[in-house]
Amino acid sequence: MDNIAGTKSTLTWAVHISVLALVLLWLFPTMGLFVSSFRTGDQITQSGWWKAMFPAELTEQFRAADPDENRIETEAGVFVVEGDFRQEGLGGEISTWGTSSRDLAAYAPGDTADLGEGETFTVNADGTYVWQGNADQIEGRGQRVFITALEPPEFTLANYDQVLLDPRNSEGMAKAFFNTLTVVIPATIIPILVAAFAAYALAWMDFPGRALLIAAVVGLLVVPLQLALIPLLKLHNEIGIGKGYLGVWLAHTGFGMPLAIYLLRNYMVGLPRDIIENAKVDGATDFQIFTKIILPLSFPALASFAIFQFLWTWNDLLVALVFLIDSSGETTVMTKQIVELLGTRGGDWEILATSAFVSIAVPLVVFFAMQRFLVRGLLAGSVK
Amino acid sequence: MADLRLKGLRKSYGSAEVIRGVDIDIEDGEFVVFVGPSGCGKSTLLRMIAGLEDITSGTLEIGGKRVNDAQPKERGVAMVFQSYAIFPHMSVRENMAFGLTIAGASKAEKEQKVAEAARILQMEHLLDRRPSQLSGGQRQRVAIGRAITRNPSVFLFDEPLSNLDAALRMDMRMEIGKLHSQLDTTMIYVTHDQVEAMTLADKIVVLKDGEVMQIGSPMELYHNPANLFVAGFLGAPSMNFLQVDVLDVQGEEAKVSNPSLEPIVVKTAGRPIEAGHKATLGVRPQHLRVSETGQLHGNVTLAERLGSETVADLRLDDGSKLIAAFAEDKILDVGQRLSLDFDSDAAHLFPVDG
Repeated sequence: MDNIAGTKSTLTWAVHISVLALVLLWLFPTMGLFVSSFRTGDQITQSGWWKAMFPAELTEQFRAADPDENRIETEAGVFVVEGDFRQEGLGGEISTWGTSSRDLAAYAPGDTADLGEGETFTVNADGTYVWQGNADQIEGRGQRVFITALEPPEFTLANYDQVLLDPRNSEGMAKAFFNTLTVVIPATIIPILVAAFAAYALAWMDFPGRALLIAAVVGLLVVPLQLALIPLLKLHNEIGIGKGYLGVWLAHTGFGMPLAIYLLRNYMVGLPRDIIENAKVDGATDFQIFTKIILPLSFPALASFAIFQFLWTWNDLLVALVFLIDSSGETTVMTKQIVELLGTRGGDWEILATSAFVSIAVPLVVFFAMQRFLVRGLLAGSVK
Repeated sequence: MADLRLKGLRKSYGSAEVIRGVDIDIEDGEFVVFVGPSGCGKSTLLRMIAGLEDITSGTLEIGGKRVNDAQPKERGVAMVFQSYAIFPHMSVRENMAFGLTIAGASKAEKEQKVAEAARILQMEHLLDRRPSQLSGGQRQRVAIGRAITRNPSVFLFDEPLSNLDAALRMDMRMEIGKLHSQLDTTMIYVTHDQVEAMTLADKIVVLKDGEVMQIGSPMELYHNPANLFVAGFLGAPSMNFLQVDVLDVQGEEAKVSNPSLEPIVVKTAGRPIEAGHKATLGVRPQHLRVSETGQLHGNVTLAERLGSETVADLRLDDGSKLIAAFAEDKILDVGQRLSLDFDSDAAHLFPVDG
């Protein structure tokens, strides 16, 4: 294709633009979740994650210290309350402040607000304040002040601490994470093992009915798994497996098998016949050909199916709900946990973002670790 | 070390018969080349010997034992494929030791045999490389080395040099010839390249459409082809065939002529030639020479000067074409009229149908 004159430039551009669009489409939400998971709930409600790297204007409400306990009579009838908002959690550089929620930016730092009848309030740039007035004015509750400050960017690991490490936290992801791993690893390995044998037989061994079997596998590819949920669960209950890890492993194995056999068979059938015949002439049995020749050469196909099956079982909710999760909640998986969190902590974006990122982190690692096997052609150099 | 007997070997796929009764005797230590145009069944025949194709009928004996239904590994054969068929995920050393590994040989034995094979093929320095790091010729060496380590009683080569470029092909051809004299093992070699066949073989088997056309030593086939097909297949440029009228038959000799050929007496070599019928006269281009008194007359249509040789295309007076090869650098003009002469002993007379 590369050397067809005249078509190269436009096609290349179209390809580049589509790739860029896909990359951005994938990157933005992922980055958003990633950044949000390191921000506090306040930061998330104040500004979007794309502003997280810049100082943010944050308006917070403070109250002056309790006048009844802290007021000092400096001269007759004049009371003063002094303090420092920095010690009450004010951070960053104060840009404006106000005493009424209707006008948050009424004063600059250092200005003195006239509250009427001689009562004044001063907020200095360093966060200290002076509240002055007579006995009637300086009493009851502390004066409300709204301070808008330019907060420096700040990231926190507190969300992860809460989601993963808090031992008392029943809403955490730690247990669900390990439950998901317990489901996914066998549910990926078992179908590959079984399907590789089947694929070799269907590709390279002559036996009657082979074509029919292949047709059956292709037919099974298009059967929706929902059809089998209830009958399978009934079967599991009748033979005593019930709900549990064994059941979900078997279910995932079964549901993944047609695609696995189909993919691997198509790959193996494309391996050079000469290589297999050569091994046969050299005295190898079918089993030896399979283990010594076919399996190593099929590694790219095995890896690509492993990625498919891993992602699909990792993100699965339906099969886990039907075959695994019981009322005890001991065997909940991450997808189920996130659904629960959406209900119980629907407003806490920082928790949701962190949980979501925890659940996508492993698939990301798996993909980036395995992708080179998808790309690399192991066959280079075997036949001319 | 083994001899082979192929008796009435047949192979059919459904109703299509691709090997139609082949009888060949191969002596121990002989280098036999199966040669023929593509689709003649030579590779199928080799694969039947290797055990990669079922034998429909007939008998195949290796070392005096009937092996029709034996597994490939039980036949004591090693095969070298056209595509090399090296295992890409193994190093050269592992590739060469594969047959021994399968047979469960000890590590020391493997080391020793691989080293021995590597020494024969002069590729000790390649043993730790991957196949992808090798050139075409080196890969073919690995494939041959893998066959040697198994110490088979019969080597089978399936067009092993087809994928190599011309210069390398010549080198490897000589290597294989040397290998045979070194190992002195029975070798069966399939090729469509007649140069390989002529140079390597002790015995050539010419095949066409699944049937044996002729078996014999290279020179026997070259000088005494049994039929039109063998005559036309061996030799480059290929033999000229002239349609001639048989004027007279006297015992083993026949007098023939055609409009561009003056009457000439040639041997019939016992073939059924009858006076008054048509026949085909075969003359090799190399046997033609320019002569004032030549029997063949025609005009040059194309002349190719190769330095050591000049190949001329001629159109004869009756409109047929003729190729002449002169063993000298000769300047010929297009359109130039030539009279050609040939030794009647070097001509072959065939009945029209072969």
